[in-house]
Amino acid sequence: MTRRDNPDKLVVLKGIRKYYPVKEGGLIGEKSAVKAVDGVDLDIHRGETLGLVGESGCGKSTLGRVILRLEPPTQGEIYFDGEDVLAMSSNQMHGLRRRMQIIFQDPYSSLNPRQTVGGIIGEGLLIHKVGTKSERTERVRHIMEVVGLRPEYINRYPHEFSGGQRQRIGVGRALALQPELIICDEPVSALDVSIQAQVINLLMDLQEEFHLTYLFVSHDLSVVRHISDRVAVMYLGRLVELADKRELYDNPLHPYTRALLEAAPVPNANVVKNRKGLTGDMPSPLSPPPGCHFHTRCPHVMDRCREKVPAFQEHKPRHWVRCFLYSDKTA
Amino acid sequence: MTTTAAEQPGQAPRGAAEKSRSPLWEALLRLRKNKIAMAGLVIISLFLIMALFSPWIAPHDPLEQSLYDKLQPPVWEETGTWTYPLGTDDFGRDLLSRIIYGSRISMLVGVVAVTISLFFGTLAGAVAGFYGGIIDNIIMRLMDILLAFPSILLAIVIVAFLGPSLENAMIAIGVVSIPRYARIVRGSVLEEYSKDYVQSARALGARDTRLIFVHILPNCLAPLIVQTTLGFASAILEAAALSFLGLGAQPPTPEWGAMLANGRALILRAWWAVTFPGVMILCAVLGFNLLGDGLRDALDPRLRE
Amino acid sequence: MTEPLLEVKGLKTYFFTDRGIACAVDDVSFSIEPGRTLAIVGESGCGKSVTSLSVMRLIPTPPGRITAGEILFNGTDLLKVSEKRMRSIRGNQISMIFQEPMTSLNPVFRVREQISEVLKLHQKMGKAEALDKAVDLLRQVGIPSPESRVHDYPHQMSGGMRQRVMIAMALACDPRLIIADEPTTALDVTIQAQILELMDNLRDNTGAAILLITHDLGVVAETAEHVVVMYAGRVVEEAEVKDLFNDPLHPYTRGLMRSIPGTSAETDRSRLEAIPGVVPSLLNLPRGCKFNERCRHAFDRCLEAEPGLLAPKTGHLVRCWLFEDKEGE
Repeated sequence: MTRRDNPDKLVVLKGIRKYYPVKEGGLIGEKSAVKAVDGVDLDIHRGETLGLVGESGCGKSTLGRVILRLEPPTQGEIYFDGEDVLAMSSNQMHGLRRRMQIIFQDPYSSLNPRQTVGGIIGEGLLIHKVGTKSERTERVRHIMEVVGLRPEYINRYPHEFSGGQRQRIGVGRALALQPELIICDEPVSALDVSIQAQVINLLMDLQEEFHLTYLFVSHDLSVVRHISDRVAVMYLGRLVELADKRELYDNPLHPYTRALLEAAPVPNANVVKNRKGLTGDMPSPLSPPPGCHFHTRCPHVMDRCREKVPAFQEHKPRHWVRCFLYSDKTA
Repeated sequence: MTTTAAEQPGQAPRGAAEKSRSPLWEALLRLRKNKIAMAGLVIISLFLIMALFSPWIAPHDPLEQSLYDKLQPPVWEETGTWTYPLGTDDFGRDLLSRIIYGSRISMLVGVVAVTISLFFGTLAGAVAGFYGGIIDNIIMRLMDILLAFPSILLAIVIVAFLGPSLENAMIAIGVVSIPRYARIVRGSVLEEYSKDYVQSARALGARDTRLIFVHILPNCLAPLIVQTTLGFASAILEAAALSFLGLGAQPPTPEWGAMLANGRALILRAWWAVTFPGVMILCAVLGFNLLGDGLRDALDPRLRE
Repeated sequence: MTEPLLEVKGLKTYFFTDRGIACAVDDVSFSIEPGRTLAIVGESGCGKSVTSLSVMRLIPTPPGRITAGEILFNGTDLLKVSEKRMRSIRGNQISMIFQEPMTSLNPVFRVREQISEVLKLHQKMGKAEALDKAVDLLRQVGIPSPESRVHDYPHQMSGGMRQRVMIAMALACDPRLIIADEPTTALDVTIQAQILELMDNLRDNTGAAILLITHDLGVVAETAEHVVVMYAGRVVEEAEVKDLFNDPLHPYTRGLMRSIPGTSAETDRSRLEAIPGVVPSLLNLPRGCKFNERCRHAFDRCLEAEPGLLAPKTGHLVRCWLFEDKEGE
């Protein structure tokens, strides 16, 4: 059995749901909720980059935060390296934090404007009491070099750096505790294209050097395509497709995945665009359509889709899809 | 090292040649350029000097009475003399000396009252904003109750309860302003909590105290600084009002408001006894307001050009 | 070739700050013909947005000022007309679509009021007539049930819908030129595709010209006919869109295209060819060619003098010393 058939699962998610209750106006109002994540089962294999794509409101960022227990899931189980994360005591959780970290999207609000670069990157070391003060400083300088910042700037403040450099600081902060898993929440979306490339290269180099596992959340299909090993697609809180990268981009099964791939603008002036795009707007996560969430915009909608939720099934080896078009034809 | 030389960021951060400055420091530098705010700062400094060096600046003892020299006019009037440059009151006390010593009291009132409001207000606001839920509700409803009363009325009630004295007036003024600070801090805490850097600190394992004191509160300083400065001004005004009503500084303390009250009966006979204390109040309040406005502009989150 | 609708010649917009003069737009020229789409593409700080604001004369003065150049709109130099006349042109003959639909619409007014405002102002329509036209416009931009949606507040609409409302407002007075500043950047990919298609259709139906400002080369490839690439306030390359993508000349343009994942025939998970370094600060531009610090082909000439716009192929301009001898080939 190859490793691909029996992967080492660093993270296992089962039935994750995250609902945000919304208070209704009237006295007799029914309490409704924003179903940000509505039943996600997902594994993240050690050493891989799992891309998670979807548009706004699909719940991908929420999922990342739930995995890190920055927000408790409404329902579901999370296993990290075999251990039940939700059953951990706060001390155990404190220790677990060293093994998983996050890089945020906005280089401006993700750094404390009143902390120096050294303080930001070294904070994790300080919190977990790693080494002496001078040892920590040494380590911070080393990390700064690794992420492409000059160590002399260790006492400068975030506002003195450009967007790309600030993202590097964020990467350095995530690396400091030598985690195994890093959730990359749209880490390059706020950067200029030429800087994006620098940071993407950095992330890939670091993954190789430090044997990191990434959950790469993004709405940018071309970036995800470049960096991921496997890709999962989310729509309104649910996974609709999951496959190896090549397979997903070459043979997308779910109509939403296809629409996404078609809609993405390609920097190639010779391609004539097939302008048969998706109609309609994304439904609100406050009142998602019944049955398959995508049925309101799906060009292949059938009656069944309006009433029942298709199961997430392995239609081909290692290619999962949630769609009635394929439920009867599972290999 | 994994990044190639070609990918080292070629550019130093802006102002690499200059010293690195924290955002607060940069704000202060911006403040320096605001002439009006600097005028306010000068005024305040003058009062501060007056307050600190009163015994050396004042020509006379503020409490020394000289019934022989009652109601002397200021020096530029016909019968005025240089012995009493601003004249005397109905007890023959030198007005200039009393005004100078009065600045001590006003500064003290400002410091004590603002410290009380700042401390308790920040505590209340931070706890309410950070923990939310029912704690938030209870604290903020308490604040609402305080705010429901006109501040001067509430201060009067407190002083009446505690007994009229300058110390109690300071406490009353401090207590009455707590809600203002609580609201500001709560709002800031809520805003900062949602920012990614706070979530990142949580992901690193930071516990609540660290989150509040290292991350959130330092970033709530801007509106607090502005409110503190302006709060100084209102504290001085309110102290003067309470003393005017006889509930604050008791005679013969040379507090400006008390002097106003005292001089009220003398308006027609000795305008100087009323005017100069009033002008002092005006200038002090003006100084703090100008500085406060300047600080508000300098600390405006337009830090990104 | 038809007469150009808009001709910008030698535009210079500088910002005078305490820390020095920022040359946000420095000697930029281009022209747009009626019914065509010109895209100005570049990264943040390149001056593309300032250019569009300059055309509309919406530059905050101080600290900004248009220090030189001509902006000929149908032959009239917009830099020389009165503010009153300019106001009658804005929203009327030239209209603008902004990036953030969330903040471009006034949250306290209903959609009908915001569209009617433009109509009443420029076309002196009465209330009822303006309402009808507003509904019609919403229909044109593809909003379902426009008769009821016209009474909505902005917060009741999704991002894509709000952008359509913005487009409706821009179209209201049948403008000849529409300036679209990053119109789809804040939108989801599937909505972006819809909006771009809408803009194309409207352009074809009304004959208006579009000046599209964007950083997204994919959007440029799909919607523009003519492209101007800007860097540090200057035009560094200009060409028809096919020419630009098939044969990019300027090292910056080439670097940009190679930075985009998925464009070159790369193997899986290879490293992207990133442009090293960062954009120089506008307050502190290098001598000579502004791209010299980051250019792998830079040689002595590049450090001393800034190249002019050369034309190595017809209709394809590039500001680079590499092409000095190849002019007119």
